[in-house]
Amino acid sequence: MALPATVQEELIRPQTVNDPPVIDLHGLSVSFGRCPILKNLRGDLRGKAIGLLGPNGAGKTTLIHTLLGFYHPTAGTAQIFGHDIVDHANQIKSLIGYMPERDAFIAKMTAVHFVRLMAELSGLPPEAALERAHESLFYVGLGEARYRKLETYSLGMKQLAKLAQAIVHGPKLIFLDEPTNGLDPPARLRMIKLIREIRDSGQANIVLSSHLLLDVEECCDEILILRDGEIAVYCNLEEERKSNRKFLMLEIRGDQKRFIDALTNLGCEYAISTDSRLKVVLQEGIDVRDLYRLAGETQVQIRRLSYKRDSLEDIFLKAMENGYGGL
Amino acid sequence: MAVYEQTYKRYAGALTPEWSRFLIIPRHAYRAVFNSKLFTAFFVVCFLPLLVEAILIYLHHNFSAIASMKINVRELIPIDAYFFQAFIWVQGGFAFFVALLVGPPLVARDLRNNALPLYLCRPLSRTEYVMGKMSVIMILLSLITWVPQLLLFLFQSYLEGFAWFRANVWMVSAIVLGGLIWALLLALLTQTISALVKWRVIASGILLGIFFIPTVFGAFINEVFRTRWGNIISLAALIRNVTAGLFGTFDRLWDIERFRDFDGSLIEIQMIEPPLWASWLVLFLICAVCLAVLSWKVKAYEVVR
Repeated sequence: MALPATVQEELIRPQTVNDPPVIDLHGLSVSFGRCPILKNLRGDLRGKAIGLLGPNGAGKTTLIHTLLGFYHPTAGTAQIFGHDIVDHANQIKSLIGYMPERDAFIAKMTAVHFVRLMAELSGLPPEAALERAHESLFYVGLGEARYRKLETYSLGMKQLAKLAQAIVHGPKLIFLDEPTNGLDPPARLRMIKLIREIRDSGQANIVLSSHLLLDVEECCDEILILRDGEIAVYCNLEEERKSNRKFLMLEIRGDQKRFIDALTNLGCEYAISTDSRLKVVLQEGIDVRDLYRLAGETQVQIRRLSYKRDSLEDIFLKAMENGYGGL
Repeated sequence: MAVYEQTYKRYAGALTPEWSRFLIIPRHAYRAVFNSKLFTAFFVVCFLPLLVEAILIYLHHNFSAIASMKINVRELIPIDAYFFQAFIWVQGGFAFFVALLVGPPLVARDLRNNALPLYLCRPLSRTEYVMGKMSVIMILLSLITWVPQLLLFLFQSYLEGFAWFRANVWMVSAIVLGGLIWALLLALLTQTISALVKWRVIASGILLGIFFIPTVFGAFINEVFRTRWGNIISLAALIRNVTAGLFGTFDRLWDIERFRDFDGSLIEIQMIEPPLWASWLVLFLICAVCLAVLSWKVKAYEVVR
């Protein structure tokens, strides 16, 4: 029996705004014995690339494994592209690819054989599976080494082979669990480039779990930070950055009082750091040019002007301190 | 995602039926299994008794061949239930060694290399994974046990005539079930050991131990206690009894054993084989334990509490 037509159509149809969220969490809880690991996770994740962050033991990998159907939720549920992870596990598995964190391969197989087997298990006919196995190995940069046995691969090559098996069947959602683990800088850059390419192709959504903030910052447009099995932060990185563009750090020389009065008249909020330094919040409709105009009018020199921009590290550290939820 | 395009592209073609996906596992496993020339040679040797069986059937119906070989037709083994049962046992022996060579690394390798999440993150359930791994063994064992036996039964029917076929058609179920039960038991045992032990040599040793140690211990019980209940722990005896039951040749009464008591008086004891249901029950229990262990061990990730 072939997959229902709707699933096959879903595999090739690009996602639109009206589509259900990539991942929809409905009070998802997971416990191992009496130990709760994920606690009542709620929210809908819609990003093209969602970064999953959190300290060790926060529940990142457990969340991925639960979404993959490896663990059963103890309460609540979740949906992937509108399919329930418990009731429609097989449908979901047809739509996703998974690159595990740990070394994972099938022994005594060449890379092309391994990736072909994985493609066939995902439902591709043997000929198509072989073709796409070659293609995906070339795509990740293992084209020349594809007839070598996997045991002979270096760590970086094994990571790439894992990525190849995760994308060989052209999934709609790809879970990448620590994809840059153990990679040297050039290999890491190559992996990041591949992930960004897949994201930018618009053909697949990505969930990237990593403890390396830089990887997530470079690849993801949304982040979900977990702390002690709960959502600490869920935000869109770009929007967060945009909102931060309204915060300015100014260093001025001249009559500070006149300048501050002019700022107040303009409707800007401010805070004085030192005699010469100001923190300014620009209101809607007010531009940096207006500040320069004010400086000219009040005979003040602006020696330095910088946007105060929260890095992902700031957001992460703030989440670890406060645990504010963005959802 | 063509090689020259170097871009990510979703797959838009047809998919294979979900029910058939578990059969992908044996198809790929045989590539590795038959890579070994030694195993291929052994697998060919497994067919030699079947050749002998075919020759015997043929001789029964070729008088000129019998005459030229100066054999009295009465000296030939009769082609009946005992004949097919005997060859099922012979093939069962070969099947054990095939399972011993092929079975132990099947699940162990996947566990050692953390490959289970790769299987189970795809539209393949744990049951289908186990079925796939078991079918690697079951298909191979079927090819050397009940499938050729069935063909030889049809060969005999063709030579003997429709009347013989009609009178003995019940043997079809005995041949098929006898072969399948042995194949299923071996597949379950090898996969269970493979799931528990990650090293092939140790797993093979344990399988040999499971087969031979209880057999020796059962024989010891039989001798010491002058009984046949020791057979209940011997896999070979269990299969022998079950197969005999299927072929209608099972007889609980053994020969009368005579021995002298401490006071020198002669004692005669009628040895009685355990009832057939007991053999079925033990086989069922072994299968149930194997399934429970497989269900416990075959998981994408083990939860450490």
